Amino acid sequence: MSDLFSSALSRRTFLSGALAVGAGATLAACSSSGSGGSASSSPSAATSSAAGAATGTINALFMKQAGYSEDHVRAMTTAFQAANPGATVNLEFVPYEALHDKIVAASAAGTYDLVLVDVIWPAEFATKGLVTDITDRIPSTWSNDVLAGALDSGLYQGKYYAVPWLLDTKYFFANKDMLTKAGVDPASLGTWDGVTAAAQSIKTKLGMKYPLIWSWPQSESVICDWAVLTASMGGKLFDDNGQPAFTAGGALQALEFMRKTIVDGITNPSSTQSAEDDVRKVISAGDAAMGLNWTYMYAAANDPKQSKVANQITISPVPSGGSGQISVNGSMAMAITSGAQNPDAAWAFAEYLSSEKLQEQYVTDSLPIWKASYDNPDVVKSAPDVVAAAKVQLGQMVNRPQVANYNAVSAKLQEAVQKALIGDLPVQQALDNANTEVQKLLTA
Amino acid sequence: MTEATVEVATKPRRARREGRTAFFLLVPAVVVVLGVVGWPLVTTVLNSFRRVESALPKAPKPFVGLHNYAYILSDSDFWNAVRNTLYFTFFNTGLELILGVGLGVLMFQPMRGRWLLRVAVILPWALPTVVNAAMWRYYMNADYGPLNAFLVQTGLRQDYYSFLGSGTSAMNSVILVDVWKNTSLVAFFVLAGLQVIPKELYESAEIDGAGALRRFWSITLPLLRPVLAVVLVLRTIEAFKVFDVIYVMTRGGPASSTTSLALYAYKTAFSDQLFGIGSAISLVIVLFCLSLSLFYIRALGGSMGPEQS
Repeated sequence: MSDLFSSALSRRTFLSGALAVGAGATLAACSSSGSGGSASSSPSAATSSAAGAATGTINALFMKQAGYSEDHVRAMTTAFQAANPGATVNLEFVPYEALHDKIVAASAAGTYDLVLVDVIWPAEFATKGLVTDITDRIPSTWSNDVLAGALDSGLYQGKYYAVPWLLDTKYFFANKDMLTKAGVDPASLGTWDGVTAAAQSIKTKLGMKYPLIWSWPQSESVICDWAVLTASMGGKLFDDNGQPAFTAGGALQALEFMRKTIVDGITNPSSTQSAEDDVRKVISAGDAAMGLNWTYMYAAANDPKQSKVANQITISPVPSGGSGQISVNGSMAMAITSGAQNPDAAWAFAEYLSSEKLQEQYVTDSLPIWKASYDNPDVVKSAPDVVAAAKVQLGQMVNRPQVANYNAVSAKLQEAVQKALIGDLPVQQALDNANTEVQKLLTA
Repeated sequence: MTEATVEVATKPRRARREGRTAFFLLVPAVVVVLGVVGWPLVTTVLNSFRRVESALPKAPKPFVGLHNYAYILSDSDFWNAVRNTLYFTFFNTGLELILGVGLGVLMFQPMRGRWLLRVAVILPWALPTVVNAAMWRYYMNADYGPLNAFLVQTGLRQDYYSFLGSGTSAMNSVILVDVWKNTSLVAFFVLAGLQVIPKELYESAEIDGAGALRRFWSITLPLLRPVLAVVLVLRTIEAFKVFDVIYVMTRGGPASSTTSLALYAYKTAFSDQLFGIGSAISLVIVLFCLSLSLFYIRALGGSMGPEQS
């Protein structure tokens, strides 16, 4: 009896163990519906989009890096709550890399009312019904008062799905002391050829191992940098009909350029594992002289508390590769989720965060979305270099394609670009392979 | 004779009563298991035959038959993930077993400071996987990682090495990090197994003139077999499902060289919002694990349960 029992048990235990263990890998637990979030409903919220009248609980999801710092978002929220005593805001911050998937995973449960979305997501989220159409809420004056690059970050097929908030694009950062020591004329950094020449001088004259650092990991960051280089070399990743155009021309040339800087030993090979914040850290530690990054790096890299090279870092429009100093639109916006328990209060909060006055208080984190701010002497005075660079760059940005399955398409591109960068495949072959895969996705 | 009749008469009633109590005691566990394991599993199976492209419950979910399975079988990324997962599982489990047995035997030896060794060995295992992975990602950083600083300052390397920079190196680094953490588990299983081996066997073997190595091969290893079998099954299945250490250290890069099946399933489902295909991949993982367990149970035969030892 005991023999039979234990041998049956051992076998059954292992079988059910295997089942349970396997089930741990299944996904349905996360994709099935859950009971509603913790947001409480507010009967008066329907009539209260005016400032000061928002009530109820707003659960909002924001990002930990780039743009407004966590401390500043908390300060803004405190101010909003002081002006709206009836409203409570619960903030949550996650790294950019986790933001998209968190929005998706939480969508069925309606955990958040307001979520921060990247410029490349409205197409997907709108198609799949995760965020709500807010076209009717957007004041008509915004089309005149808000910069197009920001307002359009929430636009998909003629409708608005998000409130513009972070107007951002990639800029070129350089360490001016290192340039001077290596005898490089800063004016020569207006072209990518000038940048590679400068990097070679810094490498030989200052003995710096890798003067260039980039954010080229297997994530969206590498696509941003590739898009910048592609546009500045006169190419396109996708043509005007949304068809792949990255196997030839500027896109091919851009990726060849990227690979060459690694082969030539002027780009730090760890770039293929570095996110934007690693670029900031390496440049701030004085271990690299030049790099691309979002606006926030200017304040951070020049802050003596966070940087060994404070007050040495300059910001300028991205270099030209022959077709102009064109950068990539990296704006982000706030969307009201379709499961929001308190959409009116969420709108009031979003409207408050993106208001002209508030944005002008935090210019060093992120530039305002409002055209008028750029002529406001206080704004210009508080960040003169950033505003000067922005005036050039914000008018010259490319958008990444607005397709519903952008993430899947981008994932194929990221893999191909990385294969080329680490030398697993020749550039042309990597891109040709990606083309086949992307075509398959676009026709699926 | 009368004794036997009494026993026959009372046994069914007692058994029935005990059976009822057992049933009520089991109900909560059954409900939890059905809710947490059964329901998601059923939903996943159903979803794997549907086109599910949104996380919202009200989204349309048309039936597509075996399309999702056909899709993954023709997808090069899927096969890449299969290769990576098999590589990871083989070397991860193999290293853990070899090192774990060594460490377990070492911890068993009577010596001063043995408790300290045991504490030191359990520590990596006590760390949450995410913390462990984040820590090693920092140690191995190619620009400011302490491991690189150590290697260069001790003269073991001329310059900083990019551990996570190329495919093979990244995969091996991830394996080592996981081995560093989970060898402890194997070692403690082995330690527990060693404690039930009768000392007399060693004593008589020693009298017969068997050396330490001979004693290890002829006594320790054969008698550890049941324990090793259990650990092997546990660790193989765990390794096959690897997700967190890779997600934190490399996110599957560079160039998808460390993307495991579980990570690929996650990316497909949550990043690409192709829940049907993601479910199909998950079920493939379940099937792999099931067949692995069945294979082990058959191959290792009687050594699974304590009754045959």
